[in-house]
Amino acid sequence: MKRYVAGEKHAVAFTLNGRERQGWCEPRMLLSDFLRQQLGATGTHVGCEHGVCGACTVLINDEPARACLTLAVQAEGARVDTVEGLHDGAGGLNDLQQAFRRHHALQCGFCTSGILMSCEAFLRHTPCPDEKQVREMLSGHLCRCTGYAGIVKAILEVAASRREASHA
Amino acid sequence: MDGADGGWCVKPPVFDYLRVDTVDEAVELLAKYGEDARVLAGGQSLLPMLNMRLAQPRVLIDITRCAGLDRISAGGALEVGAAVTQAALERRGTLQAESPLLARALPHISHFQVRSRGTVCGSIAHAEPSAELPLVLAALNGSVSLRSRKGRRELGAGAFFTGMLATARRADELVEAVRFPLAGQGERQGFSEFSLRHGDFAVVALAASVTPARIRLAVGGVDDRPRVVEWPRLSGSALDDGLNELAWSLDARNDPHASARQRRQLVRRLGRELIGVLCA
Ligand SMILES: Cc1cc2nc3c(=O)[nH]c(=O)nc-3n(C[C@H](O)[C@H](O)[C@H](O)COP(=O)(O)OP(=O)(O)OC[C@H]3O[C@@H](n4cnc5c(N)ncnc54)[C@H](O)[C@@H]3O)c2cc1C
Ligand code: FES
Ligand code: FES
Repeated sequence: MKRYVAGEKHAVAFTLNGRERQGWCEPRMLLSDFLRQQLGATGTHVGCEHGVCGACTVLINDEPARACLTLAVQAEGARVDTVEGLHDGAGGLNDLQQAFRRHHALQCGFCTSGILMSCEAFLRHTPCPDEKQVREMLSGHLCRCTGYAGIVKAILEVAASRREASHA
Repeated sequence: MDGADGGWCVKPPVFDYLRVDTVDEAVELLAKYGEDARVLAGGQSLLPMLNMRLAQPRVLIDITRCAGLDRISAGGALEVGAAVTQAALERRGTLQAESPLLARALPHISHFQVRSRGTVCGSIAHAEPSAELPLVLAALNGSVSLRSRKGRRELGAGAFFTGMLATARRADELVEAVRFPLAGQGERQGFSEFSLRHGDFAVVALAASVTPARIRLAVGGVDDRPRVVEWPRLSGSALDDGLNELAWSLDARNDPHASARQRRQLVRRLGRELIGVLCA
């Protein structure tokens, strides 16, 4: 058993985007605040802080999680992936990010980092999604700018191109 | 952002966080702290309550890394351990054959991004009146395995759910697993839900199991807990009368999502449709 005492700061370490990171926090600190305030990883955004808007969505051991509904101490020893970790291998945008740009799938960008992380997990579980499945997945995110149409197009396009690449 | 005391901003109230490795440790701690402790499973109901400070436990006991709790097994029933997420059950390849009702109901729970963390047992332990899993457990006449330092006991769904967010679980007990009976030969199961948007809590949800001999119908979202009726194979106006009587027997709520009257009407309409399909 491991005990983290109230009101005191404890070391918390996990693998963030492939790098070992450590910070200090009280047991009650949310993962969203820990990422932003302790580790300076401000790509993860915070909207509602009760699980509804999806802005804070990250991957924990490859599965999507609301960082606002996760305590930092719960991530101890885990693999955490955030939008900062998405790239094409050469420091540029990855295919999903590029498709978002092409299809105007973002305007202010507040919702985008959460949606991108969800998509990465979704496309792994559902490599051949239809539009209905994409829209169902997107029901876990609120976007106040785009009206979702561009987001749906971008995701469907990337699903198709990743499928092609994996068959090639 | 820095807090006024130069520290960091945090939302939840203070608590000790204890991460246990075994069920024995968990029940020891529950025996010690009782009402002052909360089990932390997926956190998808508990963390919102902490963030809004609707709950202020002294101790959180995180059971998600307990050995053995992440198991799903199918003997006479589908037994789901306390650390199994809703997503893990949803992805089980044999679920459609084992429990068509669960397979139909699970996608209605919240969103992909929440089911990946939320547990099956956590939803049952939380006992939200509109939640899908308590409804399914009640419809199938399933049961809950409770474990304390003193031993184990098994409660049927009817005895377990006692009201709005209230159950017969004692403060020193862990919900160790829940059991959903497997679908029988010749049994047909169905699910129907009305909610404002996909993934929202149900305004009214119905779960039904029909065999050549009887109809079992469970209603969620209307009363303070899932309500179940069992009828012979009613049809036509007898079915309408049965549904009408059922609708009036429920303590229907008015809330911002729907009036009591709308809820009763949904019970009649959705009930008619669902049973019509299953008895066809
Ligand atoms: C945006 C959003 C939308 C949602 N929509 C829906 C919906 O449409 N339908 C629905 O059914 N649910 C919905 N939920 C709730 C979700 O399904 C939760 O996952 C579930 O209610 C609780 O499971 P959990 O594992 O997250 O439990 P937790 O949040 O960890 O715990 C909930 C409560 O149960 C207790 N508990 C948990 N596990 C145990 C155990 N093994 N033994 C004893 N006590 C235990 C905890 O102490 C706590 O009091 C939604 C949640 C969010 C954030
Ligand atoms: S900030 Fe986490 S879901 Fe809105
Ligand atoms: S791009 Fe502005 S909220 Fe989605």
